[in-house]
Amino acid sequence: MSVAAETGIIGGIAAKFRTCPATGLKIDIAAQNLIKANAVVAIVFLAVGGLFGLLVALTRWPAVKILDPDLFYLVLTAHGLDVLLVWIIFFEMAVLYFASAIILNCRLATPRIAWLAFILMLVGAVLANVTVLQGESSVMFTSYVPLKAAPNFYLSLIVFAVGALLGCFVFLGTLVIAKDEKTYEGSIPLVTFGALVACIIAIFTLASGAVILIPTWLWSLGYIAHIDTVMYKLVWWAMGHSSQQINMAAQVAIWYAIPAILMGAKPLSEKVSRMAFLMYILFLQLASAHHMLVEPGLSSEWKVFNTSYAIYLAVLGSMIHGFSIPGAMEAAQRANGYTNGVFEWLRRAPWGNPAFAGMFLSLVLFGFLGGISGVVLGTEQINIMLHNTMYVPGHFHATVVAGTSLAFMALTYLVVPLIFQREIIWPRLAKWQPYLFGMGAAGISLFMMGAGTLGVARRHADISFSDATLSFDYPPAAFLMLGLNGMAGILAAIGGGLFVVIIVFSVLFGKKVDASNIVEALGPMPQKRVSDAVHKHGDSGTFHLPGTYILVATFFSAFVLYYFVNWKYLSELWQLG
Amino acid sequence: MAKETIESDSTDKSEPIPPMQRLLDNHFLLLFIGVVVPTVLYTLWGVMELSQIPISQ
Repeated sequence: MSVAAETGIIGGIAAKFRTCPATGLKIDIAAQNLIKANAVVAIVFLAVGGLFGLLVALTRWPAVKILDPDLFYLVLTAHGLDVLLVWIIFFEMAVLYFASAIILNCRLATPRIAWLAFILMLVGAVLANVTVLQGESSVMFTSYVPLKAAPNFYLSLIVFAVGALLGCFVFLGTLVIAKDEKTYEGSIPLVTFGALVACIIAIFTLASGAVILIPTWLWSLGYIAHIDTVMYKLVWWAMGHSSQQINMAAQVAIWYAIPAILMGAKPLSEKVSRMAFLMYILFLQLASAHHMLVEPGLSSEWKVFNTSYAIYLAVLGSMIHGFSIPGAMEAAQRANGYTNGVFEWLRRAPWGNPAFAGMFLSLVLFGFLGGISGVVLGTEQINIMLHNTMYVPGHFHATVVAGTSLAFMALTYLVVPLIFQREIIWPRLAKWQPYLFGMGAAGISLFMMGAGTLGVARRHADISFSDATLSFDYPPAAFLMLGLNGMAGILAAIGGGLFVVIIVFSVLFGKKVDASNIVEALGPMPQKRVSDAVHKHGDSGTFHLPGTYILVATFFSAFVLYYFVNWKYLSELWQLG
Repeated sequence: MAKETIESDSTDKSEPIPPMQRLLDNHFLLLFIGVVVPTVLYTLWGVMELSQIPISQ
């Protein structure tokens, strides 16, 4: 089958497309080029931001302390921007174009606007880095007023956000085209629905960013005299935390997509999975409130409603996905013939395929480390022990690094053969990469949470307060935790560096993929064929899932135990009587 | 043993579309809900509370 680009008709309008030798889908060349461009830039910024992250971890390691405090805050600012915003949102643009034009088998809406979005985002990202590296904008990712950065800092974020917003509208436009030109029947596929949820959260996020960053930019230029600090914090977190909820929806979509492609896995109940995504649309953004739990100006009603009542409904959505995704894998593996015992389906899963291994590790690490710690931080009473400690970066490294970044890396191992049409170079090295990165990311998360539980403040270059007038003696275990965090950071940097090198070399020098080698290029699969489940409807049709029930019971036990252990800590904080 | 996969019955035109599915298929209504709910419950409610804090004399 030819994979050469040819001019043809998709849905009644002329577009250049090729036919994918793996799925038979027509792939719009404009969408393909945009996916490539966004993914490449995302990975470049992952490399830059990851390097900054390593320097942060090595500075916090008391025995190493590689940067002086001034440089520490500069590097911490650049690290936050590059990995929490630039790497993630560039990759999410690639996911949006993939989940719309490719999965829906249609042309991309307004490719020129999509390129404009890409250029704006790139200009914003480069300007943000240059401004931070000039040294006058070490205000960290949150840039809380009255800390004032150079005007170009805020301008760069606004330009980046406008670009990302345009990309979201291109995604929505593509859904309209697909519906209008009937390239799918009934509802959009579940993976595309997950991407739609990410897009909706992104629009709320970016609009909130505009509401707060435009006046702050004018304030930095001297046109506005005063920005209220608490008001800034409230609106900023509508952007800052919601931007990580875009990741959440996108990574869940990827968790459904990878087993669907590799195993033919279908959700246990597509309707229930869609309802779980609806919970995200309604409630997930409200988790921003956990950053405001110690602000005296907000009532307990506001705090408890947003963080406890509402966010528990979003957590319910996540727990539905957390049951449905391994359940879908178990059902598919049992249908593929792996029916012996409780866990043959899991034992015989394609663990040598970096796409599957990365996806599964991301699911487990996100659930056990990021999910449970998120609920703990979102509970007003126990948040008081952990607020603004190292526990907070520990939590979001579990969600964004071990969860989102690992899921995005996993998808990249499929995007390279399917979209770049190149084989993964050094497949044996690629096989180990998700494990190295996953172990490093899990270590970073655990050790930072450990340090936070011991009271170590976040955003501090030196917990020994070596030249401070008033010092504070943290327990020796806190120093141990930060040392272990530094070691885990090195491990994650090796895993992340390997990913960047493998992908860059694969794109540049990998063997060309065509119909003859596409299945091998996608790595080990149970059935030696690419499933079309990702763009079809349907349920797995079975609830005979003993292995999944055990996994879910294990998760619940850990959840309940850890949650109540924190209440026990709280009861010991202030001794009564 | 796994049961046979159940395909959705999207080709059956006679069956009415349930209201919830109609909601989930209306992408722009979902966009509206997804922007309005957090704007009201988190942002506006929060801004109203903060704006009621008395200014120090």
